[in-house]
Amino acid sequence: MSFAIGGYRPSQGPRFALEQFGREDAGGLRVNRRAALRLLAFVRPYWLQMLAAFGAMLVGAAMTLLAPYLVKTALDVHIAAGDAVGLARIALFAGAAYVGLYLANACQQYLMARVGQRALADLRHRLFQHLQALPLGYHDTHIVGVTVSCVINDVAVINDLLSQGLVIFVGDLLILAGIIVVMLSLSPRLALLAFIVVPLMLLATALFSRRARGAFRRTRSAVAAVVGDLAEEISGMRVIQAFAREGAAQQEFRRVNEANRDAHINAMSLSFAFLPSVEFLGLLATVIVLGLGGAMVAQGTVTLGVMVAFLSYVARFFQPIQELSQLYTTLQSAMAGGERVLELLDTPPAVTDQPGAAAMPPIRGEITLEDVTFHYRPDAPAALRNVSLTIAAGQTVALVGPTGAGKTSIANLVARFYDVTAGAVRIDGIDVREVQQASLRSQTGIVPQDPLLFTGTLGDNIRFGRPAAADAEVAAAARLANADAFISALPDGYGTAVYEGGVNLSVGQRQLICIARAALADPRILILDEATANVDSVTEALIQDALAQLLAGRTAVVIAHRLSTVRNADLICVVQDGQIVERGAHAELLALNGVYRTLYDRQFADT
Amino acid sequence: MAGDARRTLAALWRAFTFLHPFRRFVFGAYAATAGITLLNLAIPQIIRWAIDHGIAGRDLGLLGRAAVILLALGLLRWLLVFTQGRWSEVASQNVAYELRGAVQRQLTALSFAYHDRAQTGELLSRTVQDVDRVRFLTGRSIVRLLDGAILMIGTAAILLWMNPRLALLAIGAMPLMAYRAIVLGRMLRPLALTIQRQLAVLTTRVEQSLRGARAVKAFAQEEAEIARFRAENEHWYALSVWAASLQAFNIPLLSLIANIGAVLILWYGGVLVIRGEATLGALIAFTVYLAQLINPVRMFGQVIPAIAIAAAAAERVFEVLDTAPEVRDAPDAQPLPPIKGRVRFEHVSFGYGSRRQVLHDVDFEAQPGQVIALVGRTGSGKTTVANLIPRFYDPTAGRITVDGRDIRGVTLHSLRSQIGMVLQETTLFAASIRENIAFGRADATAAEIEAAARAAQAHDFIVQTPHGYDSQVGERGVTLSGGQKQRIAIARALLADPRILVLDDATSSMDTETERRIQQALEAVMVGRTTFVIAHRLSTVRRADLILLLDRGRVAARGVHAELLQTSPLYADICRRQLRGAAESPPKRPADAGGLRPRPASRSSEEAQ
Repeated sequence: MSFAIGGYRPSQGPRFALEQFGREDAGGLRVNRRAALRLLAFVRPYWLQMLAAFGAMLVGAAMTLLAPYLVKTALDVHIAAGDAVGLARIALFAGAAYVGLYLANACQQYLMARVGQRALADLRHRLFQHLQALPLGYHDTHIVGVTVSCVINDVAVINDLLSQGLVIFVGDLLILAGIIVVMLSLSPRLALLAFIVVPLMLLATALFSRRARGAFRRTRSAVAAVVGDLAEEISGMRVIQAFAREGAAQQEFRRVNEANRDAHINAMSLSFAFLPSVEFLGLLATVIVLGLGGAMVAQGTVTLGVMVAFLSYVARFFQPIQELSQLYTTLQSAMAGGERVLELLDTPPAVTDQPGAAAMPPIRGEITLEDVTFHYRPDAPAALRNVSLTIAAGQTVALVGPTGAGKTSIANLVARFYDVTAGAVRIDGIDVREVQQASLRSQTGIVPQDPLLFTGTLGDNIRFGRPAAADAEVAAAARLANADAFISALPDGYGTAVYEGGVNLSVGQRQLICIARAALADPRILILDEATANVDSVTEALIQDALAQLLAGRTAVVIAHRLSTVRNADLICVVQDGQIVERGAHAELLALNGVYRTLYDRQFADT
Repeated sequence: MAGDARRTLAALWRAFTFLHPFRRFVFGAYAATAGITLLNLAIPQIIRWAIDHGIAGRDLGLLGRAAVILLALGLLRWLLVFTQGRWSEVASQNVAYELRGAVQRQLTALSFAYHDRAQTGELLSRTVQDVDRVRFLTGRSIVRLLDGAILMIGTAAILLWMNPRLALLAIGAMPLMAYRAIVLGRMLRPLALTIQRQLAVLTTRVEQSLRGARAVKAFAQEEAEIARFRAENEHWYALSVWAASLQAFNIPLLSLIANIGAVLILWYGGVLVIRGEATLGALIAFTVYLAQLINPVRMFGQVIPAIAIAAAAAERVFEVLDTAPEVRDAPDAQPLPPIKGRVRFEHVSFGYGSRRQVLHDVDFEAQPGQVIALVGRTGSGKTTVANLIPRFYDPTAGRITVDGRDIRGVTLHSLRSQIGMVLQETTLFAASIRENIAFGRADATAAEIEAAARAAQAHDFIVQTPHGYDSQVGERGVTLSGGQKQRIAIARALLADPRILVLDDATSSMDTETERRIQQALEAVMVGRTTFVIAHRLSTVRRADLILLLDRGRVAARGVHAELLQTSPLYADICRRQLRGAAESPPKRPADAGGLRPRPASRSSEEAQ
């Protein structure tokens, strides 16, 4: 299902890369902090709503503090004094406080969720936009399943951190500070005694966090491994079934599935050891208040009401602490996801428009390669070496030669899917790097070797390059491509649904659709990658016929494996080892008695 | 709505049945939960006891004893909470493991017809995200729910025992809260299902756009893709915010109801104390218990939406599990003994779905060792015939036999492991070249792998890759051309040493020289095997023992090359003009190739542009 012009696009499969990916656990806290700050930038546009949520939270926190105080007053003052009216009044206040708490909570949760989901949608949008801008080389070397997982899953984890996390963090800190102040003001001695447990708490947190970081990162890579393995299997399912390898596929999946289960059990077990520890320390504080506070009540240093209020505050004191430690857990897994999201955003689009690049004027169709050298990756061997070639407007140039010789690289450079390493590619004398990509590509068309269709209808697929085209234009393009006959014979015609990868059409039919797509886009320059390689003889004739019509008046670069299809080209270039070794018309090349002659003789030898 | 609710309950129940093998962990976790609840009930009693007798009675010794007991109980609670958490996690992670395994097994069992229609993003979303939501349901959420229920009932019992009149006030709030919780769950479930579907749509959009990156760039459609994604993304956002606002205004409502109940108790209890009908200590204990009620209420508020979401997710997961594979082993399927290779199509008809008939009454027989060539226009049904032999699909009428046995009566594994396929589209896996060739026979020796690679003309380029047979294929590995991938696929088919070989356009992406050599190699390999070949070279077709000329799903003509040239004008026409390698005379300009076929009235279409 890959869509490579010549086919250096590798098979879809993530296992190897995933294992690479699994080894990225070494990152330190410093990176974390910078990454967290960058992620926070995504909620900055919504600071007003965040502020409102924060305000609501302050109101809520005040109400949370107020309620036990009112209860204490009721117990100490009104009930002790037998003041039924005062009691009723206090009860009314407490009721109002709780209604206020409800409103504050509801507003806070609503605003936080809104900001969070908004930031999440924005981040997904940014990522998607970025993916569109990335060079094809990125898609050659990255696993579709893992990238998808990044845009859908990792981003969702970050959402928790950004929206809930931030407000809860600040809120919990404030509640904590409030409780500390109230406790200190009620009884400094009792408060300080209760705070004895705080150092113990810090110790427990430090012990936990050191182990949790690695454990939670492992869960993220385990999830990615599951997604990657599944994605690969689903796309290779036909081969798996053809070779009756279901058993092996299941075993392989069991491995990643098990690793995922164990990673999660491990990480969660750490949490389950930590969370009750916080609870236990809370109880320890309660016991201290009870024991020592009890003694103080006995001495008459504090009132019973103060002690009861203390018990209640101590219980509340540990709730934010517990929440903060849970937040820390979320942070661990969010940062693992966040780093991957940022890594994706940081991948530079290799081919970018220069600042102030002009739009490509309407193309006449002259293509010049000037001393072009090209490497797909800096460390890869040269795919093209010092290639120079001029194609006059309206000419058809055929590139022939063995696989891997560089034919596809030439085509890729003309469409500016990649930038040259040295030299220049010019169209009508303009360097392709100096114009806007969109304006260039909207005037170039490609008919690939592996015809790629999208899910949608047949009509949508033909319209792909020109979504606004009228039905009549679509039908005209289909007729030109000899596709109209089979489309009209389908029960749903142009509305026929295309399944993923176009599997409900034959390869030849898919190819005709791709030609119709190119025809509708009406490009000035056409790149044909042996568009007939995958089809049977009868369809080949249909396609050749369609192409002949399509080529009229356009500049064309044709990549050919079969010499019979290129005899009538205006110029034939024989490409070998990244260089053009022979060029000329068919008859000239035959007369040359060189590489072309050998290829030609071999091809027709066995008939 | 009633049917909906029943379906939800059925899905929930079924999700829980997956806990059965781990019931020891589950019951352990429940037992721990009961213990924790008892402790949670006992601790305030001890505090009350300490206040009433220790502080009010000025008995500091008793206070000390109470402190020791409290700390001991606290340690016990730590142990129980850890056990509860870990065991329920073990159980629920195993449920997720089993469910994912079941879905994956099901995906490998589902036949081509299912995968033709399914979208990868959708399947991923069900196996990964939906299963995880079900896991949450079967894990701590249910333990916590039980925990909360026990705590509430226990607290209610103690309250009743302490002071029935006050207790009725507290308990009176419970049905109201339960009602609100149920209303919320009922609103959220369909919404959650819609959101999950929308997320799957987003996943699919990303996936499709990544796979089609080259087409998107070639047609300069980045902006249109972004606009399409934006529309789906905004739709998702609108749904999510709606769900969030439902939760934001309903979940705190549960706490409000409980808090108002507590205020009423404080007021009424205070009045009772003032009247001397209750002690102050009792009222304080009462308020402590009430505070304890708040936690399960908060928790219910969190868990109930999650349950609604998990139920929706469970439905989506079970939908996959419940899809019956269209092609599967018959209950009495026998393994197919080693085959000789006689393949017979008896009046076979086939259609993808009910509306498109692809094959009509195809009837032929291939003798062991014969080469059968399938010839015909695109869409004439050649690949479909090839796909029916390994039973990727079942015919809608007629039957296919191998050595006289209906292939629907034998096990799929025994059938397919004796058939070698080279599919039209080459798929390699991200593994070493060696593993890719040995895909059909993991036990193959290095010598056998190399022999297969040599036969497929792949050995030479393989040894030139950095690590030879151990080079990785795929992302971050060596990049292979289309022709190289096809050669590995051929080696893969040959290594399995099948009795029946199906070559669907196996050499299309190769340059002519390689194709020629591979044809020679293949001809040697075909000896003694029944071979079905879809090819475009006259040399291959000419040597076939039987040529089937397909036209719109029917066998329009059959025979050997010489016969067909005489009897079938269509075949003669195809051979003369269109089979590659047929052209002894220089071919005509492609534009003239359409000779016999009426030229479509397409001149005007150029003008239309």
